[in-house]
Amino acid sequence: MIGVEHYVVVSSILFVLGVLGIFINRKNIIVILMSIELILLAVNINLVAFSAFLHDLTGQIFAMFVLTVAAGEAAVGLAILVIYFRGRGTIAVDDVNRMKG
Amino acid sequence: MSIYLIVFLPLLASILAGFANKSLGFVVPKVLTTGALFIACGLSWPIFIAFLTGSAEASVFPVLKWVASGTMTFDWALRVDTLTAVMLVVITSVSALVHLYSWGYMSEEPDQPRFFAYLSLFTFAMLMLVTADNLVQMFFGWEGVGLASYLLIGFWFRKPSAGAAAIKAFVVNRVGDLGFMLGIFGTYLVFGTVSIPEILHAAPTMAGSTIGFLGHRFDTMTVLCLLLFVGAMGKSAQLGLHTWLPDAMEGPTPVSALIHAATMVTAGVFMVCRLSPMFEQSETAMHVVAVIGACTCFFAATIGCTQWDIKRVIAYSTCSQLGYMFFAAGSGAFGAAMFHLFTHAFFKALLFLCAGSVIHAMHHEQDMRFYGGLRKKIPITFWTMTAGTLAITGVGIAGVIGFAGFYSKDAILEAAFGSGTQVGTFAFWMGIFAALMTSFYSWRLVFLTFFGKPRWNQSEHVQHAVHDAHGHGHDDHAHDAHGHDDAHAHDDHAHDDHAHAPADLGMRGPDYADHGDGTGGYHPHESPLVMLLPLLILSVGAVAAGFVFNHAFVSEGEGEFWKGALVFHEHLIHAMHGVPMWVKWAPFTVMAIGFVTAWYGYIKNTAFPKAVADQLGPVHTFVYRKWMFDELYNTIFVKPAFWLGGVFWKVLDIGIIDRFGPDGAAAVVARGSTYAQKVQSGYLYSYALVMLLGLVGAISWVIAG
Repeated sequence: MIGVEHYVVVSSILFVLGVLGIFINRKNIIVILMSIELILLAVNINLVAFSAFLHDLTGQIFAMFVLTVAAGEAAVGLAILVIYFRGRGTIAVDDVNRMKG
Repeated sequence: MSIYLIVFLPLLASILAGFANKSLGFVVPKVLTTGALFIACGLSWPIFIAFLTGSAEASVFPVLKWVASGTMTFDWALRVDTLTAVMLVVITSVSALVHLYSWGYMSEEPDQPRFFAYLSLFTFAMLMLVTADNLVQMFFGWEGVGLASYLLIGFWFRKPSAGAAAIKAFVVNRVGDLGFMLGIFGTYLVFGTVSIPEILHAAPTMAGSTIGFLGHRFDTMTVLCLLLFVGAMGKSAQLGLHTWLPDAMEGPTPVSALIHAATMVTAGVFMVCRLSPMFEQSETAMHVVAVIGACTCFFAATIGCTQWDIKRVIAYSTCSQLGYMFFAAGSGAFGAAMFHLFTHAFFKALLFLCAGSVIHAMHHEQDMRFYGGLRKKIPITFWTMTAGTLAITGVGIAGVIGFAGFYSKDAILEAAFGSGTQVGTFAFWMGIFAALMTSFYSWRLVFLTFFGKPRWNQSEHVQHAVHDAHGHGHDDHAHDAHGHDDAHAHDDHAHDDHAHAPADLGMRGPDYADHGDGTGGYHPHESPLVMLLPLLILSVGAVAAGFVFNHAFVSEGEGEFWKGALVFHEHLIHAMHGVPMWVKWAPFTVMAIGFVTAWYGYIKNTAFPKAVADQLGPVHTFVYRKWMFDELYNTIFVKPAFWLGGVFWKVLDIGIIDRFGPDGAAAVVARGSTYAQKVQSGYLYSYALVMLLGLVGAISWVIAG
């Protein structure tokens, strides 16, 4: 029988994978965007699982919202990325170090 | 009431001249200061004459309330008694004449207003010292003259040696002043007051009491008097604390005449005389005063015999004469000490101003080896200087008449002999030897300067003067061609002589003879009238001061003259008159011997001094190097002080305080910020990591808490 804890474990694994993707990734920024998607999906799984388990639809509605926001965020992120690539000719993570304040 | 004007006019003139400085031109400050001094001088003489004729009484003129703190109260007040009156005429007369003289001597100086302001400031401080009614006011004047002396020695402060000499004078005087201050503190501790009349009144009651000092019990009056005497030693350049006086000759010559001959250096003698009832209470202190004075007068005279710099010879002579005053005071003859102070002020100021006139004529050459034959060129200076020399060597016939120094010096020697103590006899013999040497070095100075053949062509200063004159084409004289060449050909020789040839008198080598007269084409000129006038007036003082005032200062009438301003022993006067005939004639005899020796060595047989110096070898070197006092003090005080200063500076200050204090804190911040800088890498993932760690931390804190 698959219980709520299985969902939580899967979502946790996905979340940690996403976080590690941000930190360990040294390749390019698209991977970071994908990792953020992964984190949001892990959260979505959590929301849907608990919603079903607790018979409360609010969680599933929230999941819809998160999907929408994630789509918007991906669009904006990719747009910034394109502009950035035009400006600097690279999207390698190690070259993106201008945020020194 | 004129005493207010006497004391405060110089201050006013000094302030006006000093602050106006060059904005009023040169003439206004000079007229202001000189005028103020002549008015003060004109007002001082009537006061002195009133005391001389016995028509004046000692009185105190209040000025301001100064300190009222518990039991300690004292005011600014001007005390006028015989002792003050004597000092008043000495100070104002010499100061007025020196002001006048400076019009000529300093005429090429760009900083004249500053010079005259300092001179007047000095005069004010000195007047404050001698009119003091309490010890604190005396100390104010004491420090005031020290300050003025420092400023004037360092007047040519762009010259490093002048700056060094000024600092040396100030520092050595600090040693004496420490003693003086401790003496004042101690006096207040013992007597509960700093008022001089009250202290002197109470002094006899303190005889025999003891006081704890440095962990031992000592006789109260001995401790106090010796401490005060240390102050007097510093100011009056006595043996041990004398090293600053010869160096003080770096100042302009009028300053040497006023401060380092006639007035400031006699402040110590004045103080001992003013406090004579205190000193009378301690036999030990009196003996110390006499012994130090006698040693100084002997030791300074020996050095005076060997020096070449005309001003240094007179400086050591001053030191020696101050020694006479102190051993007179130490023998109980305070009147004789003041008498010598009085006559000495005239003839020593005269000698210094004459030396200034010679230096002026010789284009700032001070080395007597490069003088010679000036008698005909500057006759008035020559005659006035002769008058001064006759006065200082004490020319006179016992019981008949003599120059100023004859009366006062004989009075001192007779008093020392007449006091009958061992110390007095010691002082007498030292004084006789010193008188012999005084005569020798004084006449040596005159003979080297005014007699013989000119030796000017070896002097750098004269060469420069000749060179300049020729360069500008002022003088198309027959000497022109070779005079010009001289300047270059012998420049190196002159340098060497200054540095290495102490015992070698100018009469050297036939290679100089072929330039003819030895003048190097230089023509000395007599000084202007403003400089000659003070010389003439002072020479009148040098000739007549002893004869005119002898009766008042040291005779049976002394008691009436001093009116209790200082301690006076009737029996000592009788003892002075009762000394054997040979004692009366001894000073005259040694004076004659000194004269003949100087004549033989510097006119008759000029190779003789060098032969004697060579014969004496190390002894001569020892004396010529001023008994090695500077070397000794360098080794035992200056170098350790520098070493200690270096330790404090490099180890303590830089090594510890700076390293762990300000520098350390700055270094920690700087290094910390370089580490902190690395955190801000600009990489997105490291920022995100920090955010995450922060979040984890915050959450775990909330959960755990």
